[in-house]
Amino acid sequence: MAIVHFSSNLSQYTGGLETVSIEASRVGELLRALEQRFPDLSGHLESVAVAIDGVIYNDATYQSIPPDSEIHLLPPVSGG
Amino acid sequence: MSARTYRYIGTRPIRHDGLDKVTGRANYGADFTLPGLLQGVVVRSPHAHARIVSIETQAAEAVPGVKAVITGKDIPETSARLALGAEGAFDLHDIGDNLMAHGKALYEGHAVAAVAATSIDAAREAAKLVRVVYEPLEPVMSIERAIAPDAPILHADMVTKGRPLPGTTGPTNIAGRMELKRGDVDQAFAGADVVVEREFRTSTVHQGYIEPHACVARSGEDGQILVWCSTQGGFIARDFCALILGIDAARIKVIPSEIGGGFGGKIPVYLEPVAIVLSHKAGRPVKMVMSRSEVFRASGPTSGTRIRMKLGAKRDGTIVAAQASLWYEAGAYRGSPSGAGAMCCLASYAIPNFFVEAHDVVVNKPKVAAYRAPGSPMATFATESLVDEVARAIGMDPIELRLKNAVAEGDHAPYGPVYGPIGLKQVLEAARAHPHWSAPLGPSQGRGVACGFWFNAGLSSSATVTLNGDGSAGVVTGNPDIGGTRVAQAMMVAEELGIPVERVRPSVADTDTAGYTDLTGGSRVCYATGMAVIRAAQDIAEQLRSRAATIWNVDRDRVAWEPGRPGRVIALDESPDGSVRPPLTIVELASKMAQTGGPIVGRAAVNAPMAGPGFAAHICDLDVDKETGRSTVARYTAIQDVGKAVHPSFVEGQMQGGAAQGIGWALNEEYIYDADGVMENAGFLDYRMPVASDLPMIDTVLVEVANPLHPYGVRGVGEVPIVPPLAAVANAMRDATGVRFTELPLSPSRVLEGLGTIAKG
Amino acid sequence: MRIQVETTLNGEPTTFLCEAHHSLLDVLRNGLGLTGTKEGCSTGDCGACSVLMDGRLVPACLVLAPEAQDRTVITIEGIATSEALHPLQQKFLEHAALQCGVCTPGFIVAAKALLDANPNPSETETRYWLAGNLCRCTGYDKIVRAVLDAAAEMSSGKAAAR
Repeated sequence: MAIVHFSSNLSQYTGGLETVSIEASRVGELLRALEQRFPDLSGHLESVAVAIDGVIYNDATYQSIPPDSEIHLLPPVSGG
Repeated sequence: MSARTYRYIGTRPIRHDGLDKVTGRANYGADFTLPGLLQGVVVRSPHAHARIVSIETQAAEAVPGVKAVITGKDIPETSARLALGAEGAFDLHDIGDNLMAHGKALYEGHAVAAVAATSIDAAREAAKLVRVVYEPLEPVMSIERAIAPDAPILHADMVTKGRPLPGTTGPTNIAGRMELKRGDVDQAFAGADVVVEREFRTSTVHQGYIEPHACVARSGEDGQILVWCSTQGGFIARDFCALILGIDAARIKVIPSEIGGGFGGKIPVYLEPVAIVLSHKAGRPVKMVMSRSEVFRASGPTSGTRIRMKLGAKRDGTIVAAQASLWYEAGAYRGSPSGAGAMCCLASYAIPNFFVEAHDVVVNKPKVAAYRAPGSPMATFATESLVDEVARAIGMDPIELRLKNAVAEGDHAPYGPVYGPIGLKQVLEAARAHPHWSAPLGPSQGRGVACGFWFNAGLSSSATVTLNGDGSAGVVTGNPDIGGTRVAQAMMVAEELGIPVERVRPSVADTDTAGYTDLTGGSRVCYATGMAVIRAAQDIAEQLRSRAATIWNVDRDRVAWEPGRPGRVIALDESPDGSVRPPLTIVELASKMAQTGGPIVGRAAVNAPMAGPGFAAHICDLDVDKETGRSTVARYTAIQDVGKAVHPSFVEGQMQGGAAQGIGWALNEEYIYDADGVMENAGFLDYRMPVASDLPMIDTVLVEVANPLHPYGVRGVGEVPIVPPLAAVANAMRDATGVRFTELPLSPSRVLEGLGTIAKG
Repeated sequence: MRIQVETTLNGEPTTFLCEAHHSLLDVLRNGLGLTGTKEGCSTGDCGACSVLMDGRLVPACLVLAPEAQDRTVITIEGIATSEALHPLQQKFLEHAALQCGVCTPGFIVAAKALLDANPNPSETETRYWLAGNLCRCTGYDKIVRAVLDAAAEMSSGKAAAR
């Protein structure tokens, strides 16, 4: 089970829930599972960056999620 | 990271493209020409906010030599979005409207029409004859005005993205809002021994690259398009043009020129699609070059900001609470770096309780673009000024206080994830140990210190390495080289293949030639593209093993690659007659390529995760003339965790250049507008960037805490160094004068006001 | 009405045609194809178009092209000899005194004017002389070091030659 942490911007769509445990082996599955569980999240996860145990991925649909990972969903940032 | 010893990484070879650049042979955006070239000129709005009633182009079209005149009608309105890992998604509707206004002019300098003619003189004359009727509207030039209940609304359909303020209904100028929180802020402040709170302001500032935006576009009769331009990414320029104009990417070839500085400002397109449309209409190639005034008024500076921040600490120096409200001007369209500011502003410290809200606000100024660590410097100015206040309040050394609260591996960043190996504590220790920190100050001088953080991007990159028959090699990538990335890539190939750096030729290729590569930005090239280059070189090494196996007629797994000097393969066992095989060098193997299977080409592509955070600490000595208000940086030291310095001279250069830009931001640079929203200082005389006589030597200390995501430990270095200077300078000003300045720039008049010498103007 | 101008450009007698209002920068870049002289502002504030006119450092954007009549003009293309780089060019490379490189031609021309006038400048003299040239990438540190190093090498070279 991965532990997913929601930012304040996302927790407004999870009924205020800030953390949730989700069974998913890859990022795409995880995001789909979250949208299923919290339908209001739909449309708000399209461009998120996903941090898995501190490493931040962009476009990470097929990135595998090790068991007991700590996941954070972030707005994407690149720079100048 | 094992203690790998390097032969080339960490040395300082001369850059391969250097000769062309010191002799004037290097070709930048404006240096390109084609037969039959037309000159393009943009007609720009003199109003900061106005409805476009009508545009009459007949008089302009009648000027001899004029071949095409276009208006917003000729730039398709698209709803397409370019999903780029970089900034999330670029809204192409807004980018298209920014290229040329469709209904409203949203800032002074907003393009409303463009002309192409056989000479620049004819084009300029025709541009003056384009008759635009405007209905001027009240310009919204400040955050206060933008969020006032009766404020004019820039975009009738704008709603707040993210987490809107409670009670927000109807159209708004607040384009976005974001919150970050941890713990119980109110309780933590209640339990704090010291609470400091102030409001900070920073002005709109520009990247100030010396080369103005420039391009040449040719739209052929067969629908094939060639664009030569100065850009931070050939592929992103191509994709912007393709999506905005509705053209297949395969029909557009972008040749990135040498680029005369970008710092984030040459990520968007301003001229390229306009030049394509003009060329299409005229049937001839079109060149467009911005004037310096146009660069200031109509490219993408970074946000002016208003930031309210509060810190609470225990008497022992533990920071227990932080609260911040960030308001960033986006310019005319949504998309300020306020969110990044929120994520960065507390990233240096392990603070158990905080609440940060960040707002993205549209105003009638040019749409901001990325500028080196976008969003971080302004918010960090607030944080590091207040940390200095806390140190003064409790009588603690400011570096000691920062060390006490500094984040380390295993701490959680304020934006969520756990930090891997990071070097802030090592950086602060190096700052404390530096002779600068303990050197005596002159009578009119003060000293300040400040920290800074930036993420450092990853993203997609590809690389091709080709082995030549004589054992030399070429490496091709798609990243325009702004500050020595080509030589760094050659060094990586040299390191992996064990051939001298001078025998590796690095090239920046066009979009038809290179594999897809994201832009040069986010401090990512040496890290992410470097990763692709290293893997492409390793691909060559693997192929060399196979070729040696062919020559020796043994299984491939009986052959090992031995990097080093010179690169060579060795046999792991004896030959059938019992003798030991002499190793085959890369030169010998290269000479037998054809016989062993043909050319040897190494390829690799990566989508690298973000590189892992970079931290810096800067020390500034400021000499303040209390009679004139003029202040001068007397001594400056930049210390930074760079991961691994591939070419230390260019790493130092990034640190020195970032520091200088930050010093300019702190002391002099600002956009000045009149009451109508017209920029009053759109030139280098009045927009005062630092010159050589304004600055001392900038000492650098490179701390190397290896980034585990990169084979050599590289992390980005280019952006972090612009983050600390704003507060380092302001803290030095506080030390020198006893006055806390919260508004930048610290121009002489503002300093005199702050010292009470002159009345506030 | 086009004006015919006869000048000496990088040692070569050169004739060009221009309009009265054209700048020397326009003619160098667009008429004569010498694009090493860069355009950063066209208001004389950035120094990217620095050239030497009768040995004097001028921004080519503020010189009218007809003013080049009977003058000697040296641009960045005329600094190196066919055999060797000028010591300033070599030191800029060795010190990594350029990042994007667009200001570099102007700096090298301006620094040559400095060393022609003052072969042993102090750091302060160098910084004030070069204050008319903007660089946004380097913070000037490595540029100033390169110029001082070139000055030192040129003086010791001259000393050795004597």
